[in-house]
Amino acid sequence: MARQAQERIAIMGDEAVALAVKQSNVDVIAAYPITPQTIIVERLSEYVANGELDAAFIQAESEHSALSICVGASLAGARVFTSTASQGLALMHEIVYATSSMRVPMVMAIANRSLNAPLNIHCEHGDVMPERDSGWVHLFATNVQEAYDLTFIAFKLSEHPDAQLPVSVNLDAFILTHSVEPLTPISDDDASKFLPPRQPLYSIDFDNPATFGTMALPDTYMEFKYQLKEAAERAGQVYPKVAEEYARISGRRYWYFNSYMADDADAVVLVLGSTYGTLKAAARRLRESGLKVGVIGLTMFRPFPEKQLVELLKNAKSLIVMDRAYSYGGLGGPLYMETLAMLYRNGLRVPAMNVVYGLGGRDFRLDEAESVLKMALDGARRGRFDEHVIWWGVRA
Amino acid sequence: MSSQAIFYKTPKDLPREEWFASGHRLCAGCGAGIAARLVFKAIRGPTVVVNPTGCVEVSTSCYPYTAWKIPYVHVAFENAAAVASGIVEAMKILNKKRGKKLHDVIVFAGDGGTFDIGIQALSGALERGHNMLYICYDNEAYMNTGIQRSGATPIGAATTTSPAGKVIPGKQERKKDLIAIAVAHRIPYAATASISHPLDLVNKVRKALEIEGPKVLHVLAPCVPGWRYPPAETVRIARLAVETRYFPVYEVEYGRVRINIKVKEPKPLEEFLKMQGRFSHLLRPENAHVLEALKKAVEENWERLVKLEESGVTL
Repeated sequence: MARQAQERIAIMGDEAVALAVKQSNVDVIAAYPITPQTIIVERLSEYVANGELDAAFIQAESEHSALSICVGASLAGARVFTSTASQGLALMHEIVYATSSMRVPMVMAIANRSLNAPLNIHCEHGDVMPERDSGWVHLFATNVQEAYDLTFIAFKLSEHPDAQLPVSVNLDAFILTHSVEPLTPISDDDASKFLPPRQPLYSIDFDNPATFGTMALPDTYMEFKYQLKEAAERAGQVYPKVAEEYARISGRRYWYFNSYMADDADAVVLVLGSTYGTLKAAARRLRESGLKVGVIGLTMFRPFPEKQLVELLKNAKSLIVMDRAYSYGGLGGPLYMETLAMLYRNGLRVPAMNVVYGLGGRDFRLDEAESVLKMALDGARRGRFDEHVIWWGVRA
Repeated sequence: MSSQAIFYKTPKDLPREEWFASGHRLCAGCGAGIAARLVFKAIRGPTVVVNPTGCVEVSTSCYPYTAWKIPYVHVAFENAAAVASGIVEAMKILNKKRGKKLHDVIVFAGDGGTFDIGIQALSGALERGHNMLYICYDNEAYMNTGIQRSGATPIGAATTTSPAGKVIPGKQERKKDLIAIAVAHRIPYAATASISHPLDLVNKVRKALEIEGPKVLHVLAPCVPGWRYPPAETVRIARLAVETRYFPVYEVEYGRVRINIKVKEPKPLEEFLKMQGRFSHLLRPENAHVLEALKKAVEENWERLVKLEESGVTL
């Protein structure tokens, strides 16, 4: 049966996430206001206040408590959502690790924003990177439609018996959270079919009592952590099945990454978040001039899709990894360091350079994207880059 | 105890079930263990306990063992009231949407996790009005990490971070008034209790569970290694704390103060102090001024409560 044409609406990223959460049959939402995620929870509180969403909305007295409330609610068997950014995520940090290690399903939208100091409310991935090693699944949206779609996928993946892990949906501060873009929503019926009420594997139940959050001494702690490692890897294996199921109701197919002409490109640029769109537009121009450039925008950063990326990069002659975050005193940005490790241990000797850009929301324009792609082409032509890491546009 | 809320008249009225099982790893004579055993005898149906990091947590939940026969949740140190908030609201909405059985939610937290690092989460939960019973077992210092001072440590007490030094003889600051902080949130019920008066304690637990909204119960729980006394003396010391007016047993119901155990002729405070190593330096002549400060704090607190009760003022 042919699908009915779906209505297209204009909506900003925060509102699109709120709409997806509303359609996801969520039971408990707990959050604390922080720019630029505030609109997500404002909309959700409106939905609840107007009776459009049958859920408990709790504004906590801090992000630390917001995430703690979510843990309690999820252990009680609820489908749970929170969202935050920057300082808020940093304040949650302790509980971020408890959430994944206790295998508590939930979804968190992160409006990626820089970390103080200096105080700055604009786009950066430096807030989520400290949560990189937590065991959470981290998904990145490149546009508003993806932020919406990935929210559904995140709930399904989070509660999947093979995963049982919290999932973050990352969307770039202001660039996505506050930009109005076209969106094709799925119907409420389709949403309910995709996400029926949560059936927890285990929950707080007096008739079947369990002890959650035990202490584990050196004789058992490592086994807990090994199970977390296994779960994180399984989440990566389950993800395409969940994405495929979502494709059946939405017509939109998600993969570990978006890619634009990367498979036959000489020079490839790898990036997270909305900059993928800018690079893709620039790459299209260069392709029109016959320049063999390609772009990859990673959708799933954790677990890291090593096998699939290696397959895509095996013929590349150069690679630039763009990071909107940095590991100070380290070898570069987090995505770059991960990619280097991946290349090395898979025997790919492609020259790779790190471009650190856009910290604290500094604009990265189309012409700059073109320059980075050309720089990658130059690396491909010469078989090397002169530097390991450059800070794009910085006045040093 | 108020006349209208006697659920257990004698110890024989208490259920035989032990929801807090023996075989846990708390010290011999641990006051918190006695409190836990009594508190959970007074549950009235499906109940979940939220227990922040601390002595009780590490001693009762060491994988693969558990001392808890009811659902138990530990997440971190400072967030028990927040975790409980989430459980309360999830139970409520899941009961409405999918018929999940409602559970009473009881937090069982130490003084560090309540007076200090957990005070923000507690305040947030009390302000939001979640239907939970928050119980603080107060052993007046961070015992799990090795007896460091907390906001619940009284004036003069020696701890490993407020030692009885030659220049500074023990902690110099007063104990926080947890019940006053709780009552400032205009909650329906806040009370103190002592493990030395078990019937008062269990009746207060049960009474609190019957009241809708957030409730706070502050239970004095002596600590053998922290207070430095022989394990057999726990209950005796807890009783002396009440009989010397050191720890007044009272309740604040909808803002009205009622002293449950009237101590008409208090025993000298020294009788309570001299049994404990943490106060031994206070009985030396050079520290008489610290002893006086502690006595003053104790008397002021008692007189304040008496005035509040007699005036019938609503807090």
